[in-house]
Amino acid sequence: MGALIGLGASAIAEMVSSKEISALEVTQEHLALIESHDKNLNSFLQITADAAISAAKEVDAKIARGEDPGPLAGVPIALKDNLVTRGLATTCASQILKGWKPPYSATVVEKVSAAGGVALGKTNLDEFAMGSSTENSSFGPTKNPYDLKRVPGGSSGGSAAAVAAKFAPLALGSDTGGSIRQPAALCGIVGVKPTYGTVSRYGLIAFASSLDQIGPFARSVKDAAMLLQVIAGHDPKDSTSLERPFPDLISNLDKGVQGLRVGIIDELIDGAAPMVGDALMASADSLGDQGAKVEHVSVPAVTYGLSAYYLIAPAEASSNLARYDGVRYGLRVEGQDMNETYVSTRTKGFGAEVKRRIMLGTFALSSGYYDAYYAKAQKVRTMIIDSFQNAYDRFDVLLSPTAPTTAFELGAKAADPLSMYLSDVCTIPTNLAGHPAMSIPYGLGENQMPIGIQVLAPALGEVNMFRVARAIENAAPTITKGLFWN
Amino acid sequence: MADDAVSSGGADGVLPGWEIVVGLEVHCELKTRTKLFCGCANSFGQEPNTSICPVCLGLPGSLPVINKQAVELAIRIGLSLNCTVDKSIFHRKNYFYPDMPKDYQVSQYEKAINENGFLELPLSKKVVRIERAHIEEDTGKSMHVGGDGGRIHGAVHSLVDYNRAGIPLVEIVSAPDLRSAEEAREYVTELRSILVASAASDGKMEEGSLRVDANVSVRRLGVEEFGTRCEIKNLNSLRSLVRAIGYEARRQVALIESGEKVVQQTRHWNEDQGVTTAMRSKEEAYDYRYFPEPDLVPLEPSAEWVTEIRSHIGLLPASRRERLTSLFNGVSSGPVYDQIVTAVGLGLDDLVAGAVAKGAEPRLALARATNEVASDLGNLEMLTVDNFTEAIRMESEGKLSATQAKTVLGKMLESGANAREVAKSLGFEAMDSTVIEGLVDQVIRSSPKEWERFSSGEDQLAGFFVGQVMKLSKGKADGKIVTSILRSRRS
Repeated sequence: MGALIGLGASAIAEMVSSKEISALEVTQEHLALIESHDKNLNSFLQITADAAISAAKEVDAKIARGEDPGPLAGVPIALKDNLVTRGLATTCASQILKGWKPPYSATVVEKVSAAGGVALGKTNLDEFAMGSSTENSSFGPTKNPYDLKRVPGGSSGGSAAAVAAKFAPLALGSDTGGSIRQPAALCGIVGVKPTYGTVSRYGLIAFASSLDQIGPFARSVKDAAMLLQVIAGHDPKDSTSLERPFPDLISNLDKGVQGLRVGIIDELIDGAAPMVGDALMASADSLGDQGAKVEHVSVPAVTYGLSAYYLIAPAEASSNLARYDGVRYGLRVEGQDMNETYVSTRTKGFGAEVKRRIMLGTFALSSGYYDAYYAKAQKVRTMIIDSFQNAYDRFDVLLSPTAPTTAFELGAKAADPLSMYLSDVCTIPTNLAGHPAMSIPYGLGENQMPIGIQVLAPALGEVNMFRVARAIENAAPTITKGLFWN
Repeated sequence: MADDAVSSGGADGVLPGWEIVVGLEVHCELKTRTKLFCGCANSFGQEPNTSICPVCLGLPGSLPVINKQAVELAIRIGLSLNCTVDKSIFHRKNYFYPDMPKDYQVSQYEKAINENGFLELPLSKKVVRIERAHIEEDTGKSMHVGGDGGRIHGAVHSLVDYNRAGIPLVEIVSAPDLRSAEEAREYVTELRSILVASAASDGKMEEGSLRVDANVSVRRLGVEEFGTRCEIKNLNSLRSLVRAIGYEARRQVALIESGEKVVQQTRHWNEDQGVTTAMRSKEEAYDYRYFPEPDLVPLEPSAEWVTEIRSHIGLLPASRRERLTSLFNGVSSGPVYDQIVTAVGLGLDDLVAGAVAKGAEPRLALARATNEVASDLGNLEMLTVDNFTEAIRMESEGKLSATQAKTVLGKMLESGANAREVAKSLGFEAMDSTVIEGLVDQVIRSSPKEWERFSSGEDQLAGFFVGQVMKLSKGKADGKIVTSILRSRRS
């Protein structure tokens, strides 16, 4: 193992910028680690070593010329494979995009690269980001780096596992119903879902457009803040991107939590495993110790989140995924006529979970059912926003478990979609509200697997959210368990 | 009953005892620089698939951003049609078709940007209600090779050109207020003039920038209730529109009269056979699963912006007609008024008004514009107002005969040259009246019997003599001068 493995993003950027180490050696060490160990983890679908090495050399050259290499100077980063990358296969872990090489890169990919970040490759996910365990990938599941028999969570399981396994200090994921926060919790790292509209979705292959948001994975709150700072901001290519200037997270990070009002969401403790509930209470106590005012709060509408989500997200997905029809790119299975080509292509190209959600969504939008399902779910969405608003009238941030359990075993829920859907019960309400939330690791459970605490904030409440996350991180027990490779 | 058995009734679909009810959906391409949601050029006639990008190809990850100019032109249309302009949202209309990159069309469904307007027809003076004029994106263009009449069924393969995908359209939906194929024609003609006058569209039906769907039903005279309607898709010329409505109305009447029922369906107009046929059920059995487009935010044009847009709308057809009728004592019906309507409809009123302002004889200018110039509209830009004025003056001053003037105008439109040059190059020198007198005398000598009859009062023979003189002069003689010489010889 190289000496630079395990360094955080801010440390690497500092050392590279000050020429203490080169971006090239950082990149090479991380690539070597991936090379030797990812066959057991399956966190990467594609390792773009050549591109990474030339990007690293470019960073070093910039520094040599005395130019500003950017805040992520030489920091390796893993990209979830639903972010399009120019000239590099982008699969969404689906067979239907077979052979497709996008002619353009996502805005976040451009931003990371402009900031000096070095993309190492594309990470595994549940097909089209639909799932909570990464078992729905058509390229095989990713494993949990703390226990290869267990799942890393999902859908951004590849990115979470790669960061937890120290294959990269940073990764990007996307979060539609918890797809960043839940795997972050299960892998023992930090994962952030920013306020909807904070990060451009241009180049993120859509699952459910009104819920999707890109966000960072890191092994520390500060590194997560650093990456979010780079990718946030208005993008004229995304009509839903906010025009506000994104606040400076880093300078506010260590302001403490003195006087902040923290509410523990009652409704989200009930379904959680006792060890998760205990960790939540311990983290809350630590915030109290650091000067926050901690109380319990009821946010009744969050219990309807799951039902509303499983109408809205599939409805949008059924439309977003219509374009994979075999006409223009990706897989085509020829049929006797156009209709048969559509059916054959989509039958072969999509996996079971994707098909299930397309059918759910198609049904929810069908004439005669629209009002009872889609329209009603939108009303529930408004209820959830109102319910959160009531809580935020009295609290600055809210706390809950990120996931009801720690990482479960591969196959444990794969045959039962409903129990799988329940993994996201704590994270989904945030997406429906468009609010920010993040997961912070808080030690290990009795099964020696990581537990995540979720900090939720009102729209644009990232500054307070990060302050609280930092305070939890300061108090959290260190994860002492070794990774699968050491 | 077989479709071809239905042939009673005139071309206009005038069916005794029946009333035709027509509502039209007119799709109009906006004359923007770029497409509705991306920066690709909005231009006609490019090499296939050259004006495309990730957004209009609907590539994974791409997102739409609304084109402000498209919204502005849409509002211009709404204001020109007396609509209320208000906050609106976009929906997705979901259906699979190869020329639709995303397999959904972004359109306005629940709340259109323009609603509740009206349009007054110039000839019948009828007020047609406009239900809405909403923004949507165009699809690509398919070419089906080896199929039945260019349709996808039975095609060996299909080619798709996505240059048109994402071109901004405004769909203008009329209430079912039209009562004949002729009214439908008048409506589309007037609508087209409004679109062109408001500079929102070039209105070229032949290039597909104006496409019409017609909802047609019939009911017995005096009955208030509407009959079951059929929608005829994609009528690409006024001729098709009139023929298709006439055919469809006759078909429906024949069905009902033979005791059958009209089935609500979408029908296809077959131009060659002159019939409408039902689209296959697969082609029409759509549940579009409309839902609000999550990638776009609501359009909320400010009152200031709408006012500003209103101030930029040029002269609309009604005002343009007024400008011309004022040159003819405010005429409001009859052949001259019809010519005025035609001139405005074809966008020739600036030419006429300009020529009259420069001293051209109004009646002649109007006639030459609506006949000779109108027959070669494609070359209109070759004809300057000055050159047109000169041609009209040469004719009214007798320097060119009517026949010569028509020929000269034709050549002017082809070459862009001025009237004098063209007349000279054609050898249309002004024919001296003494030469014409000589020719008249020559004809009188060679046709003594006819001359005797003409002299004794058979006026209709004048045409014979004029024709003979024209023949001898190879068309250079002015018919009016010939007639006056004939009359003077007779007395």
